[in-house]
Amino acid sequence: MADVIPYNREEKSAQPPSLYPPYNSTVLRAPKQPLVILPHTLSEVTGPVYGHGKVLPVDADLTKQHAGEPLGERIIVSGRLLDENGRAVPNALVEVWQCNAAGRYIHARDQHPAPLDPNFSGAGRVVTDAQGNYKFTTIKPGAYPWRNHPNAWRPAHIHFSLFGPSFINRLVTQMYFPGDPLFAFDPIYQGIPDVKARERMVSRFDMDSTIPEWALGYKFDIVLRGRDATPMEH
Amino acid sequence: MSKTRLGQTPSQTVGPFFHFGLPYEGDSNLISGDAQGQRIVVEGKVTDGAGEPVPDVMIEIWQANAAGKYDHPEDTQDKPIDEGFHGFGRCATDKEGIFRFHTVKPGAVPGQGNSLQAPHLVTFVFGRGMLKQLLTRIYFEDEAHNANDPVLGLIPEARRGTLIARKTNSATYTMNIVLQGEGETVFFEY
Repeated sequence: MADVIPYNREEKSAQPPSLYPPYNSTVLRAPKQPLVILPHTLSEVTGPVYGHGKVLPVDADLTKQHAGEPLGERIIVSGRLLDENGRAVPNALVEVWQCNAAGRYIHARDQHPAPLDPNFSGAGRVVTDAQGNYKFTTIKPGAYPWRNHPNAWRPAHIHFSLFGPSFINRLVTQMYFPGDPLFAFDPIYQGIPDVKARERMVSRFDMDSTIPEWALGYKFDIVLRGRDATPMEH
Repeated sequence: MSKTRLGQTPSQTVGPFFHFGLPYEGDSNLISGDAQGQRIVVEGKVTDGAGEPVPDVMIEIWQANAAGKYDHPEDTQDKPIDEGFHGFGRCATDKEGIFRFHTVKPGAVPGQGNSLQAPHLVTFVFGRGMLKQLLTRIYFEDEAHNANDPVLGLIPEARRGTLIARKTNSATYTMNIVLQGEGETVFFEY
């Protein structure tokens, strides 16, 4: 069997440390021992291939999962899943979850006294097409308070979970909305060392994907680690 | 290649509220009816730096089938794919911090060069308070090849045991995950 082709390593300035004390919960959950540097073997460069799980059209439209329409600002979020070399990542599972327009999750442990919406659950999934494109329809999530520090609020965000071509491409991130005044106060957003890298998590408003008299469009491209050759070129 | 790279999208925490978005029915059972190999349970408890159980993390595993073959196009070994076993599982910890997978014991897989890696599960931990996921591995104590495993060999001897699941009955292996402090699990930079 041919040697595996390793992936690029983490871009240190773009990826958060495990310990970031302004985000309180990191303090008891970050390892104290140094990480052991792992060479990439067959175990790391392989990973689950989608096709197994069934993804239905309704999974990509979070506004159509109940009898009625959810309250809030209808939006279409779309973008491309790419690697660092700009190559499309096709057939990748994209899972999303979010709170409703009032800033409330359906999760039982969310105690924020904002209303639940009987017409909105807030979870969806899509698979990228051959060009790495994904798209889903939802409503714009609200900001919500949390107890990290006095008067702490999370900027509005949609959680994203991504599977790339290998297991070490696995990425969980959050998509934010442009111009949110809460960025400056949010230790989760601020946990990314490089200010410019933080902005990669911020979607942009996009008139081209905005549908007249229906929904605003936001674009969010996601970049996974790449490598300097592909198995075919090798 | 001198082409400018695009910047990586940063990682963010999965947060406390992933349970309605990520878990799915059967997510921690990797076996469909006719999977080949020894059926096993792999379980453990996740604890934090205060020794408290962590009830809100998610564990994901990726593994080879019983023949030591990954169900992925880059595994070009001449070994059989198992239609009853794809190798990916996901499990949210319960209120006691316990995770539990029903799977098959993987076979040995190739390592770097001509080396062979002892059977193992590639394991990610995602959670609130974790801005990025942690990578570890789960090995099995009754595998003689552990002594020659090239990845275990990278780890100081005193800490190797943190990656080795103990056989706690005939078909159950237990490996606790200690995020921080005494007995801290080895995590990898990858």
